[in-house]
Amino acid sequence: MEVRVLFFARSRELAGASEATLSLQPGSTTAALMPHLLEQFPQLSELGTSFVLSLNQEYLAPGEAQPLKAGDEVAVIPPISGG
Amino acid sequence: MSSPPGALEQELERLRAQNAQLQAELDAVRGVQAGAAPPVAAAAAAQEEPPAGAANGAACCRPVAAARDWDGLQHGLDKDQIARYSRQIILHSFGVQAQARLCRGSVLIVGAGGLGSPAALYLAAAGVGRVGIVDRDTVELSNIHRQVIHKEATVGMHKALSAAEACRALNSSIQVETHLEALTPANAVQLVRQYDVVVDASDNAPTRYLISDACCAAGRSLVSGAAIGTDGQLTVYCHGEDGPCYRCLFPEAPAAGNCARCVDAGVLGVVPGVIGTLQALEAVKLLSGVGDPLSRRLLVVDCAAGRFHSVKLRARSPNCVACGAAPSITTASLPSYDYAAFTGQAAANDAAPQPLQLIPREERITPAELQRRLASQPTAVLLDVRPAEQFNICHLPGAVHTPFKHFDRYVEAIQERLAAAAAGAAAAGQAAAPPAAEQQQQQDQQDQQNGSADGLQPQPPLYVVCRRGNDSQRAVARLRQLGISHAVDVVGGVEAWAREVDPSFPLY
Ligand SMILES: [Zn+2]
Repeated sequence: MEVRVLFFARSRELAGASEATLSLQPGSTTAALMPHLLEQFPQLSELGTSFVLSLNQEYLAPGEAQPLKAGDEVAVIPPISGG
Repeated sequence: MSSPPGALEQELERLRAQNAQLQAELDAVRGVQAGAAPPVAAAAAAQEEPPAGAANGAACCRPVAAARDWDGLQHGLDKDQIARYSRQIILHSFGVQAQARLCRGSVLIVGAGGLGSPAALYLAAAGVGRVGIVDRDTVELSNIHRQVIHKEATVGMHKALSAAEACRALNSSIQVETHLEALTPANAVQLVRQYDVVVDASDNAPTRYLISDACCAAGRSLVSGAAIGTDGQLTVYCHGEDGPCYRCLFPEAPAAGNCARCVDAGVLGVVPGVIGTLQALEAVKLLSGVGDPLSRRLLVVDCAAGRFHSVKLRARSPNCVACGAAPSITTASLPSYDYAAFTGQAAANDAAPQPLQLIPREERITPAELQRRLASQPTAVLLDVRPAEQFNICHLPGAVHTPFKHFDRYVEAIQERLAAAAAGAAAAGQAAAPPAAEQQQQQDQQDQQNGSADGLQPQPPLYVVCRRGNDSQRAVARLRQLGISHAVDVVGGVEAWAREVDPSFPLY
């Protein structure tokens, strides 16, 4: 199954794209997101742990395992500090 | 700025300093007056109807207190205020009581930059009774493309004073207070307490954590905005019973490398304009009690894609060190908290990074020395390691572009370049062997005192330049690792070149 990933700010620069499609095993949970993302975009490891993940526009706590379904939308949101 | 200031500029500078001094004194006097009246808590201001007699409090900052109790309506607005704010007063969802709350309210805006510019202007225009502006920097020409509260005429002036001047010009009936010192752990809580709502319009991570912690400690709602490049973020922290704080969302500070600053990464001027305007909107909503504040929601904006993405957030984290059940950061402990250590970066604003000392000073050369050597060393190779956006603004004649970001990709090309220069020199030497070439070779050998040649054929001189002399040192260090050990970096980069050698070289 496929989920859509949106990259914001620094994550977009690191991934080199504003969005991507992630192919996951049916029945995968959100716990599988980061390992797959890092496999597809190893540069994202530069973000460390300082970013927020959202699933269908809702905050996803680190390490949380919610069921995913095809067509879900995930966003990678690192903080920005400029002004 | 590079030309020596003429008499007129000096006089102008003197008058500006004088003006700033007088303004600061005036503000100090006003600050004492304002401090006498305890601020109304934002939540209270938003939810309660104004108590009888509040009208006098609202008018405290106004020289003419012409408010009348219109047949017991008790909103406290005078004829001028009603005329000025009429278009939002007659708005069905806003009304006269919301305007009255706004006029009694106060906002502290931390940062008079790209975000603070529209925020301060709109809040002053909307009639917020007391607007405080914190900024320790002075206006630079490179600020104005986004910091639209400032003007060409206020370049060199304190940003807080320049911003206050613009706010007063827009609305002389409100009180504008300036704070010319940076927000620090020592003064943050005390300053934040003097206002109902705080707007984070700062430009660096340590200040963002400090503001959030101070708002947690002081119990103030925080309108947080951020912008860089073409990206923006907006939310309201520390609001109500369960609104999270900055640390709830980002308990760990981002690595310094992920905290791009406008001075290095650039910013499209309109982007902080959009976010700062939305911050003003949120502050108006909080003070007036109208609408739903953006608490527990994070707005993430990709202006390049035209994408506004709103993420629903959780309630405050019980484990949060600032706003949780047993916070370790409190009014008492905050002043000694080390924000620089926590974030790994200093709260330097739109300023140059600290000069790095990676290569011993005696192994680096000044721009003047570079100029002399380039003139006498026809085979010299000059690498410019700045990003393409900067290289394309202007570069030294003949400079080879090898951006530091992907430096390793260019190493082979650098080696080829050196080989070609060496071959060219050798050919020239065989052909004519002019005295100049001998001199050249002596010079080359001098340059190789740290070289790897070990008696082999001398390599063409290799120089590395960047914007300010930090990345060039990193590049030289990398070249040494890769066995190209005769590279020499230029102290202070093209900025120093512009100052010391060629004043016509554009700075950015
Ligand atoms: Zn918190």
